[in-house]
Order: sequence, then structure tokens, then C-alpha cells
Amino acid sequence: MIQLAAGGGESYEAPTIAEFWQPLVGDGAFALTRSMVVFAVVAIVISVVLLSITSKLKVVPGKAQFLVEGTYGLVRNGLARDIIGAEKFKPFLPLLFALFTVILVNNLMGVTPFITFPTFSRIGYAIVLTAIVYFTYHGVWIARLGVIGWLKSFVPPGLPGWIVPFMWVLEFMTYVITRPLTLALRLFGNMFAGHFMLLIFTFGGEYLLFHASGFLPVTGALAYVFTLVMYGFEVVVQFLQAYVFVLLTCVYIAGAVADEH
Amino acid sequence: MTGNIAFLGYGIAAIGPGIGIGLIFAAYINGVARQPESRSVLQTIAFTGFALTEALAILGLVFAFLFKS
Repeated sequence: MIQLAAGGGESYEAPTIAEFWQPLVGDGAFALTRSMVVFAVVAIVISVVLLSITSKLKVVPGKAQFLVEGTYGLVRNGLARDIIGAEKFKPFLPLLFALFTVILVNNLMGVTPFITFPTFSRIGYAIVLTAIVYFTYHGVWIARLGVIGWLKSFVPPGLPGWIVPFMWVLEFMTYVITRPLTLALRLFGNMFAGHFMLLIFTFGGEYLLFHASGFLPVTGALAYVFTLVMYGFEVVVQFLQAYVFVLLTCVYIAGAVADEH
Repeated sequence: MTGNIAFLGYGIAAIGPGIGIGLIFAAYINGVARQPESRSVLQTIAFTGFALTEALAILGLVFAFLFKS
């Protein structure tokens, strides 16, 4: 980029992490940020769409009803029933479906024109969802076995005695530290990295197109074509992350409600 | 040339998860191609494995920003 700056007059400035902090009203810890507005809009949109479609269900579904039924079927049959088990999945279904729709629509806001901000590229949102999942599956687990049984059940039965303390430490770290950490970071990291990549493509393409000299504007146009390809790729990643988040929630809950580990 | 070696480190760290995810989906595609009716069972296993492997790459990204300063 140093040579480009010499050729084009203005110097190229790469987008920074500051692009993700966009307060609209106020500043500091109590600012109203763009991500908060997007999340509120998404919550209203999901509620209105789901309520309006499910309040007048037809035997022969139209397009919208087919889409909602397909989403619900994916979460209910494809994830919850298959992983948690046919007897025990029902109490968790509202949580799982809410998680899936909230994450999916919030992620898709990252490629929606005029909004283009994935809410979960701010880590706080991912941490809140992870905290809900974390307390749910540990709460269910403790309610089933009691605190002592919960601590005992980390180690699978049938191990030789000397290895049990080591295994307990490892498993404790997995269940209590690694799982919530990776669950939150996975969603945040994917959304953050994906949005950042799109920012770099558009900023760099704009620079090459309008401020660079010689044949470089051609590469800028190519960069914009590639940005469109990347948008398509982002949609796949965003759907996949919503799916994976709910999948892992199901796996964790299944481990908590299963009779043996 | 200026920059930060932490991001070079992240590039190297992403090789491992990249190979791992490739292996997982190669096995998944193989399994579905040989036995299409096992798709629903394999899908869960494949995506759980994918999520676990991907966690390494995401941890690398976070550590790259953490050790940047």
C-alpha cells in the first residue's frame, strides 16, 4: 500500500476496529449505538412476522408460512429432537427457536442494504446469549443431580482411580470455562471477521477506483465484483453460525439431561 | 514495511483448523455419498466436529488482537 499512496496523492487508510463502535446518541457506556437499534428492529420484525403468520395458519401453506414452518421444523426436528431426544426436548424448544431466529436475522442484517451491521460483531451480544445457554444447561444439570452429583458427573464412570483427579480438572475446564468461551467467541469472531473483510474490500476498492493512478482502477472494479461474491459467502457463513450455535446448545443440553455420560 | 507480527501468526495458526475442517467435510461428503440415508446422523456429527475445530481458528483471531499491542 506504500507504493499506492505515492502514486495516488491521498494515502490509503485501512478500516480499523473503530468502525464497529458507532454511537448514535450519547457516548460512553450508556450510549445508544447502531447495534442496539439494529437489535431492537430485528426483535420487532421477528415478533411481527411470526405472530402475523402463525395467527392465521392454513392447511395448504403459502410461501411465508412454508418458510416459517421450514425454519421451525429445522430447529424442532433436525436439531432438538434428534440431539436431545424425543422425550426431553420439548421444554427447551422455545429457547432454541428464539436463539435460532434471533441469531439468524441479526446476522443477515450484516448483508441487508442500508443496515449492513451484524449485531454480533459486538461481543457483548454474543456473551449475553451464551450466558443464557450456560445458565440453562448447568441449571438443568444441577436440578437433575444436585450440586454434589453435578460435580461428580464430570468424570465418565469406569476409569482407573489414579486418573480420576486429572480427568476431573480437564473436564471441569471443558464444561465450565472452554464451552462458554468458545460458544461466545465463535459467533462474535465469525461476524466480526466477516464484516471486517467486507469493509476492507469496499474501502480498498473505493480507494483503487477513485484515488489510484494507472491501471489500478481496473483492479478496483474487480475488487467490487469480488465483494459481491464475498457477500454471498457471508450469507452462507451467517446461516451456518446460527445453525452451529443452536446445534452446540442442543449438544450441551443433551449432555445435561442424559442419564449417563 | 510496517505491520504487526501477531496477524502473521494468526495466518500461520489458521493452517491447522483449515486442514482439520477440510478433513471433516471430506469424511462427511464421503459418508453421504456412500450411504445417502445416513445424512441426518452424519450432519450433526460433522457440524459438531466443524464447530470444535473452528474454535481453534477463532481463538487464534482473538489472541492476534490480544497480543497486538
